[in-house]
Amino acid sequence: MVRAVWLIVRKDLTVEVRSRELAYTTLFFAVSCVLVFAFSLVQEGRAAEGVGAGVLWLAIMFAGNLALGRTFERERQSETLRALMLVPAPRPAVYLGKLTGIVVLLLLTEAVLVPLVALLFQAELLAHPIWLVSVVAAGTLGFAAVGTLFAAMLVRARSRDVLLPVLLYPITVPVIIAGVRGTMAIAQPDFDVEVVRFWLSLLAAFDVVFITLALWTFEPVMTD
Amino acid sequence: MPKWFNSAVLVCGVMFAISPLVIAQAPYESTMGLVQKVFYYHMPSAWIFLTASVVCGIASARFLATGNSRHDRTALAAAEMVVLFGLVTLVTGPLWARKAWGTWWVWDARITSSLVGWMIAWAYLILRQYGGPGSEKLAAGLALFGMANVPFIYVSVNYWRTIHPATTVVPKLPFSMGFPLLFCLAAFYLLMFLLMKLRVRVAEQQARLDAIYLSLDEQA
Repeated sequence: MVRAVWLIVRKDLTVEVRSRELAYTTLFFAVSCVLVFAFSLVQEGRAAEGVGAGVLWLAIMFAGNLALGRTFERERQSETLRALMLVPAPRPAVYLGKLTGIVVLLLLTEAVLVPLVALLFQAELLAHPIWLVSVVAAGTLGFAAVGTLFAAMLVRARSRDVLLPVLLYPITVPVIIAGVRGTMAIAQPDFDVEVVRFWLSLLAAFDVVFITLALWTFEPVMTD
Repeated sequence: MPKWFNSAVLVCGVMFAISPLVIAQAPYESTMGLVQKVFYYHMPSAWIFLTASVVCGIASARFLATGNSRHDRTALAAAEMVVLFGLVTLVTGPLWARKAWGTWWVWDARITSSLVGWMIAWAYLILRQYGGPGSEKLAAGLALFGMANVPFIYVSVNYWRTIHPATTVVPKLPFSMGFPLLFCLAAFYLLMFLLMKLRVRVAEQQARLDAIYLSLDEQA
């Protein structure tokens, strides 16, 4: 199982390292999002308090949506989806492999986004780096856990490009609420560790429930 | 349809026709006055909204587990009930809130989770409508997530604050207010039951018609 997951991750990363298609498009799109938000929200060099956290998560959400759609579209276009489904490994392994690939890609994007948002919105995001990394990683995992399942489900559906955000955004509302609130609490001048811990534990609970549900649903929805 | 269906429709119609009279009998609530009477339609529709969401989630889980399309038809009918009664809830709520809290909308736990639950039911129907063949299975997966999602939204927003009345007020209501509430609740549940029955029946007929077309194609 672990070996199958690793092989799928390695395959995705090899394809990505050779083409760099997803990394470049996702990153460019995320940076453009942040810039558009900066143009509309930062006035006279100052943004309203707490806006930075919201912008960071919106950019992650939009860019994540794009990356999720593309990663399965690639399999469909090159007609390798069937091969992936025929892999002599349990279906959940395919899901976990894809999920890991997406999470790695999004974390790399966030490594650029966080300093950019901190700079443009004068948010003290980097004041408590360990907490920030935990909140961002937990939120990304939750978002990607639902997103990977839905993107995989929709790969054979009609009008999948429009349907992915339609399904994904309402379902991931709690991740976004917890992520934004947690990040906002980290950027506060009077840092309260209890508040951050609360949102982080909510994100962790979300991750556990949604990965479990996704592992359970992946098999029936991906079987014809 | 079974024989009792028409009589049940009649009973339901009569209950809804006389419900304004029953509600008018109830005394005015001391601080909110007339507008509080929205409550007699708001709360029953909110209960139906929640019941239908749970029915949709459970039916979807059973559909995914067994592959029996009977459960899928139940889930579809329930999702439509969620959209319908959710709309009633989300329209009557702000009407009351405007008077009681002085604002149309607050991002309170109950209200936010209701709105998101309603949106997920819409997403479910959109997916089934535009997803093409096989989308009922995908929609069932979505419904499962929708059901698991609600407690999270509830907890997350509740941590901010809440001003929505708690459900604990219901058993404490005096009879003069409790009776109209129970009457409306019964009328709404009957309505939901009949609408679901009808919708499942329509879906069954559609499935049968599709099967007939398919068999004709095979013969030709």
